[in-house]
Amino acid sequence: MSKQVKQLDRVIIRFAGDSGDGMQLTGDRFTSESAVFGNDLMTLPNFPAEIRAPQGTLPGVSSFQVHFADHDILTAGDAPDVLVAMNPAALKANLGDLPRGAAIIVDTHDFTKRNLDKAGYDVNPLDLLGDANDPLGEFQVQPLDLTGMTVEAVKEFGLSRKDAARAKNMFALGLLSWMYGRPIDSTISFLEKRFAKVADIRDANITAFKAGWNFGETTEAFVVQYEIKPAPMSAGTYRNISGNLALSYGLIAGGVQSGLPVFLGSYPITPASDILHELSKHKAFGVTTLQAEDEIAGIGAAIGAAFAGSLGVTTTSGPGLALKSEAIGLAVMTELPLVVVDVQRGGPSTGLPTKTEQADLLQAMFGRNGEAPVPIVAPQSPGDCFNAALEAARIAITYRTPVLLLSDGYLANGSEPWRIPEIADLPTIDPAFATERNQTVTAKDGTEVEEYWPYLRDEDTLARPWAIPGTPGLEHRIGGIEKAKGTGNISYDPANHDYMVRIRQAKVDRIADSLPPLEVDDPSGEAKVLVIGWGSTYGPIGAGCRRVRKAGYNVAQVHLRHLNPFPKDLGEILKRYDKVLCPEMNLGQLSLLLRGKYLVDAIGYNQVNGMPIKAAALADAIGGLVAEAEGVTVDLTPQEASQ
Amino acid sequence: MTTSTELPFPGLRSGVELVPTNDQPQTGKEYTSDQEVRWCPGCGDYAVLKAVQGFLPELGLRRENIVFVSGIGCSSRFPYYLDTYGMHSIHGRAPSIATGIATAREDLSVWVVTGDGDALSIGGNHLIHALRRNVNMTIMLFNNRIYGLTKGQYSPTSEAGKITKSTPMGSLDHPFNPVSLALGAEGSFVARTIDSDRKHLTSVLSAAAAHRGTSFVEIYQNCPIFNDGAFDAIKNNDTKADAIIPLVHGEPILFGNGSKGLVRDTETGGVKVALVADVGQDAIMVHDAHNTDPTTAFAISRLTDSGYLNQSPIGIFRQVERPTYDDGARGQIASAQQAAPGEPQDRLAALIGGGDTWTVV
Repeated sequence: MSKQVKQLDRVIIRFAGDSGDGMQLTGDRFTSESAVFGNDLMTLPNFPAEIRAPQGTLPGVSSFQVHFADHDILTAGDAPDVLVAMNPAALKANLGDLPRGAAIIVDTHDFTKRNLDKAGYDVNPLDLLGDANDPLGEFQVQPLDLTGMTVEAVKEFGLSRKDAARAKNMFALGLLSWMYGRPIDSTISFLEKRFAKVADIRDANITAFKAGWNFGETTEAFVVQYEIKPAPMSAGTYRNISGNLALSYGLIAGGVQSGLPVFLGSYPITPASDILHELSKHKAFGVTTLQAEDEIAGIGAAIGAAFAGSLGVTTTSGPGLALKSEAIGLAVMTELPLVVVDVQRGGPSTGLPTKTEQADLLQAMFGRNGEAPVPIVAPQSPGDCFNAALEAARIAITYRTPVLLLSDGYLANGSEPWRIPEIADLPTIDPAFATERNQTVTAKDGTEVEEYWPYLRDEDTLARPWAIPGTPGLEHRIGGIEKAKGTGNISYDPANHDYMVRIRQAKVDRIADSLPPLEVDDPSGEAKVLVIGWGSTYGPIGAGCRRVRKAGYNVAQVHLRHLNPFPKDLGEILKRYDKVLCPEMNLGQLSLLLRGKYLVDAIGYNQVNGMPIKAAALADAIGGLVAEAEGVTVDLTPQEASQ
Repeated sequence: MTTSTELPFPGLRSGVELVPTNDQPQTGKEYTSDQEVRWCPGCGDYAVLKAVQGFLPELGLRRENIVFVSGIGCSSRFPYYLDTYGMHSIHGRAPSIATGIATAREDLSVWVVTGDGDALSIGGNHLIHALRRNVNMTIMLFNNRIYGLTKGQYSPTSEAGKITKSTPMGSLDHPFNPVSLALGAEGSFVARTIDSDRKHLTSVLSAAAAHRGTSFVEIYQNCPIFNDGAFDAIKNNDTKADAIIPLVHGEPILFGNGSKGLVRDTETGGVKVALVADVGQDAIMVHDAHNTDPTTAFAISRLTDSGYLNQSPIGIFRQVERPTYDDGARGQIASAQQAAPGEPQDRLAALIGGGDTWTVV
């Protein structure tokens, strides 16, 4: 049967099912196929904190959204065009996110009385399809017995019914792969590798995957196949990468580029644990990973390793950062290089472990006793986590300071195509260990002697020397008690403390000298409204600005990688615009800092629901400000829905 | 599904085997920093500092390869007074910091100085995990059974009923026995000594330094300000023969000038004190610090008074070989590196360029 082929510029698909249904894997495979095909893409995994929440219930629903396009895109998309729902709970939990006209592919197999009850359906909504009171009337629903077809397709392998049914996600993947013309070789070789040791499971999954594809091709249920052309991308070699993987690679690169062994002290915590898992695989790079007894021991070991001459790293999420606060203060006082990674999640307390948030900025900035300035670096997309980690290592080593690297759950688990950098283009970092005594003093008997003073400072960076154990003649003691200027001896002198507090701050401020000018995206040069953000809101902000511009209005965007210190030109940039909008997944933490430092009326756009900001709603807010600033009426009705 | 793998055991090695040695004779003066010592007059810490400054030169190690790490408390000022590398860190965390140092560098002799509050209260978690990992370091726990630096509250080793500033009606806390705790955490070297017995202190610390793994040494240390006399029974010449149960590997455990000794308690399976006259010399236990089973060492540790100290076993309770965490961690890295030759930058390029890739021209 020949099918109609329809061109689309972009599609958003959400795979949803029970936590045990393999939806993350399904989405991951579809993403890889799309990446290999050459689409631009962004993904949004969304899963419960429970490993296996009660089967069939709303809290147990796990989903994976992938947005892929023939052009450059910035977000995982606001609303899915297609929902694949493997059970009643998955349908119910995701229905509210669907726009009118969206397509829904439903596995009818689990629409039993029991599962309908668990999802809170009194009546099977599939029984009402086409009725006057059809609750799914505004959608295009395709009810299919995916499980039944899967079990039928794999019966030759003699699996138990339960094992056979588990391949249903691959059947669904095959069907969707057909529908959107995805290349299937990478998934087949993936399944061959993944199940290499269990031949029947491997064969069942591959068979189910192919059966799904063939079903799409032959059934009359689907008459249209879609084509989304590859996106034009700048020349280079690409791979799909998640934020946690890119961040891990960035830390390894920090070690290679500085010539230092990386030492990770860490305690498992969602959503940061994958960095520990990844780094533990790379011992060949001299990476040591210590799974410590608690968060404090994790950073303690990293500080010890830093004292001993390693690139010390500790990884955590918000609650863990709280536990590490005192130790970060010790690293501030001892002025040792340290990278502290906080993959932010919903808070406070345990909060929403698997959801995203940006509410640790002020904790990163101020969450210590005393005046304890810590540089803060934030990646803006999954792939950018690589560069951000390398930058954090550069600052830590060059300035002998702990650095906070603020990722978040969306960046950590989301993925995008990443242009693989050339090693020659990466910065090199000079640890510049001290090897000689650095101060001449006159002894009591009048003779001049050379001493090592651990708190003398480099004139440019204000960094202190880093002398590691094993270096003869530079034996010295550091610690958490206030240090005397220069000698590093214990000092309770009031004037010295005032000086040291100021010099530690000045050192962090001095980092701004090493930062490139900010890039302000203001295509027309006539914008009166500036949108400023940091971290993972880069995508939604960029997409929101594009919508506004597409509708014919002016708006400028600037995004901060460095939150402490701010780049030197930030103040001047903020003053150029009449209105400054600051979208954040918190209640206004960056805007508080901007207001405090620059006396600018930064207007917050704040969402704290554990999910990324939606571009369309943000565009409305931007449009509102543009209307105010320019005295015009703003109508953002899209001429063409593209972001 | 859980899987496990056989780990290599490098065999018996000295705790300082990989630390560079010094061929020049050293003196205690070289190990003395220019900082003024600021403990209270009469503090037991002075004696320990003197003993350490005295025996460190005997180890013959390069001074720059020795690192002392401490937490918070009176004794934690220790590193400032030694001219080695050192870090005076934060309360309770010294074992974790020392774990990082010892794991990152095989060529360092790593020492932790801690107190009963630092090690057993705020830092209890790090202490037991250092012991179970068996990281190559020596932990000196200065036990004065009181909080000194915060001016006299009860500590986790103070006897129940103790009247202090924070317990005017008597402490309700049951005290830890540090040696029992260390043995419970499967410490591979567990010992107890006394600040005022320089000879014993030095011999125990020398053995601790030579031991590969975490060496745990409890040092009874008198606080003349807030808990003076806590160890009088074991220090006083009139009483110490009956108070100290000396543990020497391979020797019968006898005390009270040979009148008393330790015997198996067949009723409880533990160990008890008996009169030699009653049981005969042959029934007296011979101390075996090298017994891989810590049960007997633990039973002996229970003979320590938990109230006012009138009786305490002193010496090396346990000294056994088992794999150390840091040797294992470095071993895994070495074997991974051996399997992946090549320049780091080339391997980095291969790593980040791995996976499913596609090229846009």
